[in-house]
Amino acid sequence: MTSRKTEHETPAGPDLSRRGFIKSWGAGAVAVTVGGGYQAQAAEAEEQPLAAEALSRVELDVNGRPHSVLAEPRWSLLHVLREELGLTGCKPGCERGECGACTVLLDDVPHYACQVLAVEAEGRRIETVEGLLDGETLSALQAQFVKEDGLQCGYCTPGQVMAAEGLLRRNPDPSPDEIRSAMSGNLCRCGAYAHIFNAVAAAAKVRKG
Amino acid sequence: MPTEETETQNIEGQTPFTQAPDNPAEDKAEPWGEQTRIVGRRHGRIDGFERVSGGAVYPSDVSLPGLLHAAILGCPYPHARIKGVDASAALKLPGVHAVISSADADANPEWHQGGRIFNDTCRYEGEPVAAVAADNPYIAADALKRILVSYEELPYVSDMESALADGAPKVHPDGNTVKTDSYSRGDLKQGLEQAAVQVSGQYRTASEMQTPLERHGCVARWEGDQLTVWESTQGVYAVQSRIAETLGLPLTRVRVIGHYMGGAFGSKLDAGGYSIIASVLAKRTGRPVKLFVSREQTLLTMGNRPPTRMDIRLAARQDGGLTAIEFTGRGASGAYSAGGASLLDWLAKDLYQCDNVATELEDVYINAGPARPFRAPGYVQCAFAVEQAMDALAEKLNMDPVALRLKNIPKGSPAKDNLPYTTDGLRLCIEQGAQHFGWEAARAEAAKRQDGPIKRGVGMAAANWFVGDGGPPCTVIVRLYADGTANLNMGASDIGTGTRTVMAMVVAEELGLELDAISVENADTGTCQYATPSGGSKTVPTEAPTVRRACLAVKDQLLDMAAKQLGAGRDQVVFAGSEIRTADGFESLKIRDLDRLSNQKVVVGLGERRHNPDDVSITPFAAQFCELEVNTRTGEVKLLRMLGANESGRVINRLTWDNQLIGGVTMGIGFALTEGRVLDGPTGKLCNANWHDYKLPTALDIPPELISDPVMLNDDQANIVGAKGLGEPVTIPTAPAIANAIYHATGVRPMATPINPLDLLPRLNQET
Ligand code: FES
Ligand code: FES
Repeated sequence: MTSRKTEHETPAGPDLSRRGFIKSWGAGAVAVTVGGGYQAQAAEAEEQPLAAEALSRVELDVNGRPHSVLAEPRWSLLHVLREELGLTGCKPGCERGECGACTVLLDDVPHYACQVLAVEAEGRRIETVEGLLDGETLSALQAQFVKEDGLQCGYCTPGQVMAAEGLLRRNPDPSPDEIRSAMSGNLCRCGAYAHIFNAVAAAAKVRKG
Repeated sequence: MPTEETETQNIEGQTPFTQAPDNPAEDKAEPWGEQTRIVGRRHGRIDGFERVSGGAVYPSDVSLPGLLHAAILGCPYPHARIKGVDASAALKLPGVHAVISSADADANPEWHQGGRIFNDTCRYEGEPVAAVAADNPYIAADALKRILVSYEELPYVSDMESALADGAPKVHPDGNTVKTDSYSRGDLKQGLEQAAVQVSGQYRTASEMQTPLERHGCVARWEGDQLTVWESTQGVYAVQSRIAETLGLPLTRVRVIGHYMGGAFGSKLDAGGYSIIASVLAKRTGRPVKLFVSREQTLLTMGNRPPTRMDIRLAARQDGGLTAIEFTGRGASGAYSAGGASLLDWLAKDLYQCDNVATELEDVYINAGPARPFRAPGYVQCAFAVEQAMDALAEKLNMDPVALRLKNIPKGSPAKDNLPYTTDGLRLCIEQGAQHFGWEAARAEAAKRQDGPIKRGVGMAAANWFVGDGGPPCTVIVRLYADGTANLNMGASDIGTGTRTVMAMVVAEELGLELDAISVENADTGTCQYATPSGGSKTVPTEAPTVRRACLAVKDQLLDMAAKQLGAGRDQVVFAGSEIRTADGFESLKIRDLDRLSNQKVVVGLGERRHNPDDVSITPFAAQFCELEVNTRTGEVKLLRMLGANESGRVINRLTWDNQLIGGVTMGIGFALTEGRVLDGPTGKLCNANWHDYKLPTALDIPPELISDPVMLNDDQANIVGAKGLGEPVTIPTAPAIANAIYHATGVRPMATPINPLDLLPRLNQET
């Protein structure tokens, strides 16, 4: 019941903290989002509610580097990655958790960055498509997206790449059906799915060596 | 929303400018022939790195110092009069810089069809009422909520039938008919009398929405009286001229840049109201402004494929020869004239040989977002009717559906006075596709799998597309540098089809260079040559011959230099790969070793698109084949495999060709099975204004086997590259191929899209 609270405490940040914000946010949303952890926080009655548009310091671990940004508690991780950190590989498609264009990894697991608050992402390992490169060298997965032409307009592509990266980290040797289902949370209106599957399958082979 | 003129200009391939008089009508050059070095290979994109690394800067990624974020307030009703807009509370919000609305005459220029950007009467849900510019998108959203608008709700119509009923509420004062049209050849009555059999049916298709992944929008910045707009668009020059015209600016004061763009499918051929709103807000605030509409607004206001109702009758002799085709089609433009029935009868009158044809079209206003061109406008809808009617006719004649089509292949375009085709592409697509798909065996095998609740079916459909020929105007420049590398400068956007890569391959082929020696700059009116928007499957056949023409102009100059340097006659020197040789083969020079080139530093070749020959019809063709299963207990359709055979002349890049095919089929699957705009009867509002309720095909919706099977031929009559358009033909036959396979499996004919279990199941229970 308690782990999230400790994760969110940031020694460097001012003690306004997002706890106050979360309390003012309403228990319904809290319960849906993360279950018991936040409800426990909401019980701390002495916290002052924090105005939704007040800036607070948020410490983020993005692509292996620490970042300290001033953010409103309501800002999505998508917004902060793009507008505060300039990581525009993370794309807005719907901003309602329907398309996957904004997919990033949190602790190796694909998440829609538009559905994660920046404050929620504290203490997690955040990875964006830019983080897969080694300098100017594409990762094997990205290189296979180019080789197999797993894209057309390319707008959904960073999200597709991150969903595939998440898949290959948890399952280095996916079957065709596992690839299809792992990629099914990422829309491609250009309809390049068949080539995307080829790219993911080829990347799995290359990664196995 | 595009006007009718825009659509005509972009889709029907008519050119907005007359051709330069000194441009000869004929474009001739030695064809490349069968043995090409680069062209025809599978090539990853030259901008692949940018697209997979997150480094590609799309217009929605553009950030500038002082950038403000704008948002649009849309009308919540399908039809309403605006009685007042009070923005005072919004303007008091910290971080809000400007609010504009119809109350603000200076910020409300004239827009399409006699209207303005903000109209006092809103005719569709989501129509712009006001817009704000603020420090960030969150504040902009807060500000929208503080704008108080008082509306008077007006009666509305949201479907074609009620729009045409007596006493229906009027969308515009003149009534709800946008226009009607008709066509005929031969004598329909006689054709019907000659027939041994007839089939008829009424087919309907739901409105399909483009919803590209990158939303519609732009970033606008003024520097004095110079406006620069980074816009997600298919055509930077089209956007430039629309903005200039609307704001009363000279063309040279408006620069439009669209290096990358995240999809469009016809919905970004022109500037949008957002382009004007962003420019006005930027002027007013003295700050650059980014305006990308919300996803909900793209579904409400950024175009759609019009819904249709189509009645078709086919008549044939006992041997299958068609004697008559009668087609009546109705489509809804939406709240403004937007091609609701545009091209809707073309497949009926142009796909098969038939002497007696009559068609009628009607375009209707309803209180819903205006249509925009959508990948093969009219054709996708018409194919659903024509190709299912052909299937029904084959059954009635006891003929194989492939054989019936082969019986009716025209030698020239029936709707263009039989103007001869340059290829026998329709036959080739059908024959090759049927063979590689294993049509006969699959049909026979499926017929055996009819026990139990899971029924198997196999179906096919064919298509052509009437503007796969491209044409002027188009200008490109190729620069060859002293080190032997080359730069291509063209205005055309790469909308995801791989235009940059394909054109770089043309340059590499013609100049004897490797692909990595070519750089491309495109889609910027400030620095690039003129191009019409990338759409209508005309980009490759328009740009590729022009690019080759520019390369030939470069080579001409190089040959002059070489002849001088070698002391040979001009007709004594020839190109051999990246070298120039004397005709006797004794002397040769590398291009890099040309003295004149190393002094001059660069050779500039200009290419202008010349006219197509006017004595032939340059037409791409397609056929698709589908095998599927229908669960008769649930009504679910499971696609097992599909194959698409296309004849679009020369294949320049096999990899991006295949990608077009799989993308077109995937989009066709959505049209057939899952996509459809739902307008609520009691409120007239859009029920599925998001991607949860509006169902795009996902990774799980495509068949495990999806095969691209190009008909390999070089259409050297078409142009000096031999290539025709591909982007639309790949999506036209998909829905009827699926529908015909469903019929084959179940004996139930799908009469409407989307063919979903809810509609299919009751009919399966009744009819089987
Ligand atoms: S933008 Fe996050 S899921 Fe669409
Ligand atoms: S590549 Fe365009 S949406 Fe996927």
